[in-house]
Amino acid sequence: MMQNRAKTVLEVEGLRTSFFTRKGEVKAVDGISFYVREGETLGLVGESGCGKTVTGLSLLRLLPEPAGRILDGKILLDGIDLLALSKKEMRAVRGKVISMILQDPMTSLNPVYTVGEQIAEPVRQQQGLRGEKAREAVIAALRLLHIPSPEVRLRDYPFQLSGGMRQRVVGAIAMSCNPRLLIADEPTTALDATIQAQYLALFKEVQRKTNVAIIFITHDFGVVARMCHRVAVMYAGKIVETAPTEVIFRQPWHPYTAALINSVPRLDRKVERLYSIKGQPPSLINLPPGCRFCPRCPKEREICREREPEARQVGSEHFVFCWQVS
Amino acid sequence: MLEVQDLKKHYPVTRGLLQKTIGTVKAVDGVSFQIERGRTLSLVGESGAGKTTAAKAILLLEQPTAGSILFEGKDICRLPPARLKTEYRPKVQAVQQNPWSSMNPRMRVRDIIAEPLEVNTRWKKKQIDSRVEELLQQVGLMPEWAERYPHEFSGGQRQRIAVARALALNPALIVLDEPVSALDVSIRAQIMNLLKDLQDLYNLSYLVIAHDLATVRFLSHSVAIMYLGRIVEYGEGEELCTNPLHPYTRALISASAMTAQNMEEDNGARIILGGEMPSPVNPPCGCHFHPRCPAATDRCAVEAPAPKLYGTHYVACHLCE
Repeated sequence: MMQNRAKTVLEVEGLRTSFFTRKGEVKAVDGISFYVREGETLGLVGESGCGKTVTGLSLLRLLPEPAGRILDGKILLDGIDLLALSKKEMRAVRGKVISMILQDPMTSLNPVYTVGEQIAEPVRQQQGLRGEKAREAVIAALRLLHIPSPEVRLRDYPFQLSGGMRQRVVGAIAMSCNPRLLIADEPTTALDATIQAQYLALFKEVQRKTNVAIIFITHDFGVVARMCHRVAVMYAGKIVETAPTEVIFRQPWHPYTAALINSVPRLDRKVERLYSIKGQPPSLINLPPGCRFCPRCPKEREICREREPEARQVGSEHFVFCWQVS
Repeated sequence: MLEVQDLKKHYPVTRGLLQKTIGTVKAVDGVSFQIERGRTLSLVGESGAGKTTAAKAILLLEQPTAGSILFEGKDICRLPPARLKTEYRPKVQAVQQNPWSSMNPRMRVRDIIAEPLEVNTRWKKKQIDSRVEELLQQVGLMPEWAERYPHEFSGGQRQRIAVARALALNPALIVLDEPVSALDVSIRAQIMNLLKDLQDLYNLSYLVIAHDLATVRFLSHSVAIMYLGRIVEYGEGEELCTNPLHPYTRALISASAMTAQNMEEDNGARIILGGEMPSPVNPPCGCHFHPRCPAATDRCAVEAPAPKLYGTHYVACHLCE
C-alpha cells in the first residue's frame, strides 16, 4: 500500500506509434496508457511483435526515423511532456533521467572500449564530471551493481567478462547518472538460470537503494512474479489488462492473460497437457475490427467482432479491456 | 534402446605455430545414461555444462574421446561407416534450437522435408510427395504449403517443419536441442503438445536438451542435471523435480520456479547461488560445484563424489550420504 502514496514518475496517455512501410502502416503501439511510480516496477508483458519494445523506444524517442513515428499521445515524466521537447532537450533526458538496458550485452557494449570508458561516457556527457570525479562516479556505479574489485575491472574490455558480468556493466552504465526511470528490455533473457536469479535479486536491491522506477519488458511470467509490482499485458499493440502482480496470477480477467499464464509449463505440479492458444497474433498492418484477440479467443461474442472494448475497472488498480467484463 | 556409458569428449587447447597442447577442455567428462523406447530423457544445465556436446556425440557429429554409445545393443562408435548409414543415422534424427538457421532459405518446404528421404531411400517422386503431404498434416500444417519457402512461415510453423523433417524416416530417437526456447510463450505450448502427441503416436524416444526445468518436467520421463561436464543428479523426472537432493538441482529449481503460490514464501526460501560456472579448462578440484555450493565441506574440495543411488535417483554429492 506504500506504493499508492509514492509519486508518479511517468504517465503515458494514449500513445500511438506507427511504422510507415511500403506495405502500409504498421500500428505497432495503438493507444496505450499506463503509469509508473517511484520505487515501483511495472512489467510490460507480451509476445514478440506485441509492441513492448517499441513502447520502450517511444519513451526515449529513439525510434528509427523516418519510418517510425509517434502519432499521438502524451509522455509525461514528472509532469513534463517529453513529446514537446526539442531534440537537444531530449538528449539531456536520455541516460540521465531515463535510461535503458537492452537484451544482449554482447551487442549493447562497444567491444573496443574498456568498461570504465563506457560507463564514464554518460557521466561526462550528462553530469559534466571530469578526471578523478568521473572515475569515482564510475567506481560507485560498478559497486552499486556488485562488480567485484571495480578499480581493476574498469580497465577490462567486454570480451574479458562473462555474460552475467557484462550485463551488470550495462546496468552500471544505465544507473551511472542516477536516473528517475529505467527501462529494462528483456535484460535477463540472454542469461543462464542461476545468473538470471542473481541479476534479478541485484536489481531489487538497486531499486531499494535508489528508488528508481523500472519498466521491465519481458515475455516470462516467472520473471514478472519475482520482479514486478504491477503488470501490463500487451497484445497486438494494445494493453489488454493491467493489475498488481499477485492479482494477475490469482485472478486474470482477460482471456489472453489467462491463456498466457496457463500455457506456461509448471515446475510445481504435473500437467498432462498444456493449454494452447490456437492460431497466431494478427498482422499489425491489417488488424481485425473490434477486439484484436477475438479471432483466437475461446469466449468471443458478436460484439467482440464489431467494437473495440474499453477499459473497465475490476479491482484496485486492476483494469481490463474485454467485453466479458461489462 | 540407447545406452551411453562413461562418455567423454575432451578438446585440446593448443597454442602457437606448432599447435602445442597446453590443456584440455573436458566438455563432457564421464557421462552415463540410458533412454528406453517411447520415453524422454532431458539433459538440463546452464550454458557450458556440456549438454549440447553430449548430444552431438550421440548424433556422431563429434567423435567421443572415450566411452561407448550403445544403440539397440550395438556400439555405434565401432560400426563401419556403411553400416552406420543404414543402421544408425536414419533412426536418429535431430531438431535444432533455432528454426531460422536450421533450414536452407532457398529450398522449398517440400525439398526440405524430402531431403532425408532422397538421401536414404530409393523412393519415387510420387511416393516422396505423398509422404511429405502426410508429414505436413501430422505436424499441423497445410499440405498445399509444401511449395512455399521457409521465410513465409512464423517461428512456430518453422519448428513444425523441422519436426516433420526429423520424422520423415520414421526414426526411433529424436534429439531435440532446446526445441522451444526460440519460440513465443503461446507457440511453445503448441509445439510441446505436438511433440507429446507424436511420441504417443509413434512410440518415439526423445533426448531433450534444455535449460528450463519447467519445460523439462512437462516433456520428460527422466531428467539428468549436468554441471561442468558431469551429471550431478539423474533420475525419474517427477521425483527429481519434487524431491531434489543435489544442492545445484535445488538452486536451479529455485531459480526457475514461478507463479503466485510461491511468491509469498519468496523471501528467504529462495536459493540464489553466488558466482558463476567456472571455466571447463581449469575446473575446480574435487566436486566441480563446491566453490558455489552453499553447504560445501572440506571433503568436497578434495574428493570428487561418485554418483550413488538414493531412492529412485542417482546423486553425485557427499552431503547426501
